[in-house]
Amino acid sequence: MSDGNATQPIELLTFKLGDQEYSLDIMSVREIRGWTRATPMPLAPSFMRGVINLRGTVLPVIDLAERLGLPKCGQSSRNVIIVVKHGGQMTGLLVDAVSDIVSLDANDMQVPPDSGGYDGLNVIRSLTVIDDRMIRVLDLALVVAQSQSDAA
Amino acid sequence: MTASDPMAEIRASFFVECEELLEALQDGLHALETGTDDGDAIHVIFRAVHSIKGGAGAFGLDHMVTFSHRYETVLDAVRDARLAVTTDLLGLFFRAADHLSDIVRAAREDEDFPVATSAALLSELDAHAADPQPADQPQEPDFAPVALSLDLLNDPETKNETALNRYQIYFTPEPELFETANDVPHIFAALAELGDLTVKCDTNRVPTLNQLAPEAVYLSWALSLDTIVDEAEVASIFEFVDGLCELQILPGPTTSVADEADTSAEPGKSNASSAPLSEPEASAPPRDTKNKTFVRVDIERVERLVNLVGELVINQAMLSQSMQSAGLSPHSDAMNGLEEFQRLTRDIQDSVMMIRAQPVKSLFQRMSRIVREASASVSKDVRLITDGETTEVDKTVIERLADPLTHMIRNAVDHGIEPAHARVENGKPAQGAIHLRASHRSGRVIIDVSDDGGGIDRARVFQTAKDKELVSADANLSDADIDNLLFLPGFSTASSVSDLSGRGVGMDVVRTAIHALGGRITISSEPGQGTLFSISLPLTLAVLDGMVVDVAGETLVLPLSVVSETLTLTKANVEALGPGRSVVRNRGAFLPLLDLGSVLGYRTISDSFVDRIALVLTLEDEVSIALVVDEIQDQRQVVIKGLDDSFYRAPGIAAATILGDGQIALILDPADIVAHANAGGAISSTYHVQEARA
Repeated sequence: MSDGNATQPIELLTFKLGDQEYSLDIMSVREIRGWTRATPMPLAPSFMRGVINLRGTVLPVIDLAERLGLPKCGQSSRNVIIVVKHGGQMTGLLVDAVSDIVSLDANDMQVPPDSGGYDGLNVIRSLTVIDDRMIRVLDLALVVAQSQSDAA
Repeated sequence: MTASDPMAEIRASFFVECEELLEALQDGLHALETGTDDGDAIHVIFRAVHSIKGGAGAFGLDHMVTFSHRYETVLDAVRDARLAVTTDLLGLFFRAADHLSDIVRAAREDEDFPVATSAALLSELDAHAADPQPADQPQEPDFAPVALSLDLLNDPETKNETALNRYQIYFTPEPELFETANDVPHIFAALAELGDLTVKCDTNRVPTLNQLAPEAVYLSWALSLDTIVDEAEVASIFEFVDGLCELQILPGPTTSVADEADTSAEPGKSNASSAPLSEPEASAPPRDTKNKTFVRVDIERVERLVNLVGELVINQAMLSQSMQSAGLSPHSDAMNGLEEFQRLTRDIQDSVMMIRAQPVKSLFQRMSRIVREASASVSKDVRLITDGETTEVDKTVIERLADPLTHMIRNAVDHGIEPAHARVENGKPAQGAIHLRASHRSGRVIIDVSDDGGGIDRARVFQTAKDKELVSADANLSDADIDNLLFLPGFSTASSVSDLSGRGVGMDVVRTAIHALGGRITISSEPGQGTLFSISLPLTLAVLDGMVVDVAGETLVLPLSVVSETLTLTKANVEALGPGRSVVRNRGAFLPLLDLGSVLGYRTISDSFVDRIALVLTLEDEVSIALVVDEIQDQRQVVIKGLDDSFYRAPGIAAATILGDGQIALILDPADIVAHANAGGAISSTYHVQEARA
């Protein structure tokens, strides 16, 4: 079982990266925006898509797929930026499409199997199954924190 | 979160108040020092210290209470003309005020109190306090609430000269007093500590039991207090129930030989209006704010307003952009309205920026402390003369100016001002003077730091620079050039590193700090007459006069202050210079060419520079470079938006702004671009050179 024995249901925002389904705790999601062109940051790591104007705030945007070692997201109007807040800091995550909001019990979460040779980022906190589809639950802290240390 | 903790908020507001009181204290001392005192200064000083003590007591900051109490005791002696203000005493007062602000800061930051300094100052203060009345100065340990026989009233000799005042206090609490968890016995207990207290409860208004409303208040009290403290201190006991009760404090006859109060009226008869609580209230506003009212606002709210106005400016730019592209006639109503809208927006923006503006006074006060401490540590007699203290600058600018100014003032004391004997020999007064002036000039603020010292010893500066190989041995430099050597990194004329300056922080650091604020610093010196440093700063860090340029399809903004001219590159003026370098010939000088697009990594290969546009940037150290861009859009004021550096710090980028079309444009940090290009940008331009030769 995953962390804790919380009986409180957890709400997840599920979204697609390529043909894979991922999700994030909805409590960390601030808003969902359609794709707008980002101003690229000079000499930034390639997953840094740049910065966009979020009602007057400069918001950094990460290509989440590329961040996770998947083929990078396209840049069409179908793409969506999920604005998340972690540790007082707002970040935009570029994903292919948002799917659904689901409510799950903590007991429905499974610890991901040891992914031996997998050379991507170990940011998947747990796995769950909805309608026979496997959903990866991301650990946002690791997504944001690792990108910070990589960039620095 | 502590934001909603009411106690933390009250505490925070106490410290804000302390800042104001400390400022008033400094003002008062300054008035005493310069003789501009109209007789009120000592009262202002006393009230400031007293109010700090009152607040400190409420928060249990014992150390602050003790210190301010004993400080106050000496001030009180001055106030009662029992002690004359000498230069020495004034010096002590200044040091005590400095120390008090240290204590306040320590309390605010939850640091340890500087006990050792306290003890030293306290013994000095006590020495003065003890002078006029060695025996019975009311100091806390000696002063227990001993029951005083009322016979004393007829026998003032027994208590030496200590003034014993009687106050009649009429106190009727409102129900709110109890609702706010105050209680009457606590107040009376606090009063009893001040002296001999007689309490009489008036129960006349208590109704019969069937009419009794449980939450109503029926009691009132008549108190009589014999005490040596003054009325303000008695009133301060009621500070926390101010507005929650009806209160009258009526001074009774003084029982001492020192005829402090000639009020002949008997206690009971004194007229009620003569002493309402508000009058002796200790927190008198600073005097130069006579006709103004101030609102204390959380800085976050102001920030929000500044941001919103930034939005408004951007939106207005968007609107005008789309209206222009819609092809409306410039004489149409819509265009006229837009013009009016633009004017209003600009006015609003200016007004909002003014909210953040603060007078440089607090900064200057800090500097007078620096002068006191610095001159004491090198045993020189130096005074600071300030001018233009009311000049207003953005709060952030003031905060970030403190360090460079401190350094310059220390420098002036240590290196600028000569020792007293040398000054006298040269026909100057033994006391050195440092002038600190602030003024507004054409949309910028000018801060001058000048001393009347020996001026820059150019021969020595030149020699030092040669010794350190900062200039070639046969260099031929003008006086101004030599003066500017002071700004070179690693330069120090101090033959020995003194405690005060020369600790590895040179004028180059000062200049870097000023540049970071978008300012400039110049130096001028007259041998034997002194040295002047002049700093020119923008009024605010929230907007920037920028030059908007296009590079590789991206829009970028350069601070206009660094752009000195624009050049069109031609075959005639561009030269390749060794591997990885090209230069442009401009006004007889060769400037290195930097392609902005490749420096920022937007494109790896630079085409030939010919027929492209370059901006000549003049940076620190009088370094000039030519920055190649694709197109110049225009010059305009942009709203500066901070970038979150913790996520990714891009080289060469200082901040961002939002353009009329809602897109973000990055604001460049020219010095950083040059540094970055020098560090790693050579590879891409090597390719260019090879290509050009092929």
